[in-house]
Amino acid sequence: MNPELDNTEAVKKKIRLPIRSGALQQVLAFASLIVLILFFSLASPNFFQFSNIVGILLSTSVIGILALGVTFVIITGGIDLSVGTAMTLCSVMTGVFITFWGFPTPLGVVLGILFGAFAGFLSGLAVAKMKIPPFIATLAVMMIAKGLALVISGTKPIYFSDTPEFSQIALGTIIPGLAIPNAVWIFLIMAIFGYIVLSKTVIGRYTFALGSNEEATRLSGVNVNRWKIIIYSIAGLFTGVAGVLMASRLNSAQPALGLGYELEAIAAVVIGGTSLSGGKGTMIGTVIGALIMSVLTNGLRILSVPQEWQTVVVGIVIILAVYADILRRQKA
Amino acid sequence: MSSVLLKMEGISKGFPGVQALSKIQLELRAGETLALVGENGAGKSTLMKVLTGIYQRDEGKIIYQGNEIEVPNTKAAQDLGISMIHQELNLAQDLTVAQNIFIGREPRKGFGLFLDEKELNQKAQALFERIQVKLDPKEYVSELSVAKQQMVEIAKALSFNSKVLIMDEPTAALTDSEIDTLFEIIKKLKADGVGIVYISHRMEELKRITDRITVMRDGEYIGTVDTKETTIDNIISMMVGRQIYNTTSPIVDSGNNEVVLDVKNLNRGKKLIDINFQLKKGEILGFAGLMGAGRTEVARAIFGADPIDSGEIYINGELVNIKSPSDAVNHGIGYLSEDRKRFGLLVNMDVKSNIAIASMKDFRSSTGFTKENKVKIIAQEMVDKLKVKTPTIDQEIRLLSGGNQQKVVIGKWLTRDSDILIFDEPTRGIDVGAKGEIYKLLNQLASQGKSIIMISSELPEVIRMSHRVIVMCEGRITGELTAENTSQEAIMTYATQREEISR
Repeated sequence: MNPELDNTEAVKKKIRLPIRSGALQQVLAFASLIVLILFFSLASPNFFQFSNIVGILLSTSVIGILALGVTFVIITGGIDLSVGTAMTLCSVMTGVFITFWGFPTPLGVVLGILFGAFAGFLSGLAVAKMKIPPFIATLAVMMIAKGLALVISGTKPIYFSDTPEFSQIALGTIIPGLAIPNAVWIFLIMAIFGYIVLSKTVIGRYTFALGSNEEATRLSGVNVNRWKIIIYSIAGLFTGVAGVLMASRLNSAQPALGLGYELEAIAAVVIGGTSLSGGKGTMIGTVIGALIMSVLTNGLRILSVPQEWQTVVVGIVIILAVYADILRRQKA
Repeated sequence: MSSVLLKMEGISKGFPGVQALSKIQLELRAGETLALVGENGAGKSTLMKVLTGIYQRDEGKIIYQGNEIEVPNTKAAQDLGISMIHQELNLAQDLTVAQNIFIGREPRKGFGLFLDEKELNQKAQALFERIQVKLDPKEYVSELSVAKQQMVEIAKALSFNSKVLIMDEPTAALTDSEIDTLFEIIKKLKADGVGIVYISHRMEELKRITDRITVMRDGEYIGTVDTKETTIDNIISMMVGRQIYNTTSPIVDSGNNEVVLDVKNLNRGKKLIDINFQLKKGEILGFAGLMGAGRTEVARAIFGADPIDSGEIYINGELVNIKSPSDAVNHGIGYLSEDRKRFGLLVNMDVKSNIAIASMKDFRSSTGFTKENKVKIIAQEMVDKLKVKTPTIDQEIRLLSGGNQQKVVIGKWLTRDSDILIFDEPTRGIDVGAKGEIYKLLNQLASQGKSIIMISSELPEVIRMSHRVIVMCEGRITGELTAENTSQEAIMTYATQREEISR
């Protein structure tokens, strides 16, 4: 027979086994990333080359930074569809500040980033104060941003021809002799910044609290509206950084670009194990998710898989990633 | 003696790391009501989930109407005639009564392409007549009271021609007269030979409605007794495995203490009409009344959770303007909701985060970082002080029992150093052993100078705990009773004093 368990004993036993669910998820995502890299390395000698790996990292940087920002919003239980076109609007505004108005480059860059935060602030306002569901609010901001980017730029690209240093932001190499473009380092820095804000600050705590139970958080005396606006603004800040980076990489603000980036960013977040229902997620997961997407597209391209098929594969990967997560949760 | 309808033998079920059930047995006869009791976490729900196909057993046998059966899923259970009415009602609010009952089995016409609403409503009506409940098939569920919704659930269960009906805390949200109606229905079902498994924490009900009582504790079978031949004390000691101590501690006199909260002429639509009352330091002020009398609304209005039309709130003699819960918290008010899962807990988060969430200001460095170490120290102190049973402060709150979750919520407000605590149904869904601890805690808090508003539907609880009792009916305060002249009868008189009588 079973020995009589004291109540506390029983509880104690219960907790020992589940490793923190977030950690397990990251391990899973990380393992898939390694498997993918191994697979492509074996399939083609051109894959695991320094220049190709740097290329993957470079192409991850913009989407990755967008995804980091969206992670905050998704953990609150919301969604942000505006980041793609808002990013473009930030590119355009940076062009306006630097090329049209002749601001010094550093000032133009800072203003461009802050413009992103402002767009996020507006989304946050619509969601928190006007109580518009995040999907609709950010859909509207997505359209507004898309239109404004075209209007402000006069539908033509804005070039940074007078400020050669601007393109160095993304493509310069800050460590001499190491051919890793700055965009990659900026991605890394933003990831660390996002990680710190999410896990070590009060903002991060409220991000999880909102996603876990918004009403209980409100009844705990937390000013949920204010924090929601702050969180959307932070997501916007990431959008701004992505916008500047995008413009720098292309040495121009391309007003027609950006639509669809938001979905890729959301896909990266989801592959990284952040739950769309809110309350769960990590920055490391999002970084891995973004890398998985780039490795896939890059690897498939090297294997000469046509581009249209690459998209199909990414779609299937999203389904598999989320399904694996659901299966694991059911077991737990 | 009637025939055995269902027998579960040697049922075991383990989850990773915990043995939820070990060798449980249960026997249900046709036409009887079998109570299934035990503290939270005893395994009652798990056992019923095994029976209804939500979980699969690791070992053991289920014998139903003489045959050994397998229950791979809930559909199979329904087909066999085993239905469960869950504590949380599972109805689609925007569908009608009849649409809810026959959901997934709608009568069709026109080669199965169209729904036959007429037939649907007729079938529902016939069903209501058979079990003699008064329901309108065409009414929308969102318009119904909780009690009526529960009857819809019962009707739905019976529409599967159920032979076994499991009811999980069916009276938790019902008023006394609604409970009477429910018990009438149960009696009719028994006469029809339906076997009922009745899960409840309310001891006095067991005596009224059940024939036999099966007791579980910590996933094990303790015993089955005939209701007639046992005492409530006996059942409770079987449940907790120890004699429970008498929890009533002497009520400290607070009659002459200063007033900390003074509510004047509070109005909110038809929900609150001219609410006036005072709360003194160190006092436990009971709020009694029937379901829907407006007690929770008073609490939410004071706490700023719902907007008010007019009225003034004074705290320590000063007029305050409370527009949101965060204002209320800043004025030292804490609110513990009746529905912990929806309004009180950050379910996915750990114990320490739940304790800290109302006081993040104190846990924030000037640069915005959380002082994780301070959170840990304070949370651990609270857990020790309130004797929360949790392995660590990193445990996710949803894994704790109801009583321990409640203690964590109390800890949240103590951490915030709230002086006025509003408890809305503090012991709902909490087992007997833990109830005693919550009572003790309330008394301690009051004697330390905290002022407490306690809303409760359990009259013995209100009477035992309160210095004064305010009784409400239909949004108005209809009476105030001091500890000496409080009785169940006095409260009920005020609680049913509708407007026509009082004016």
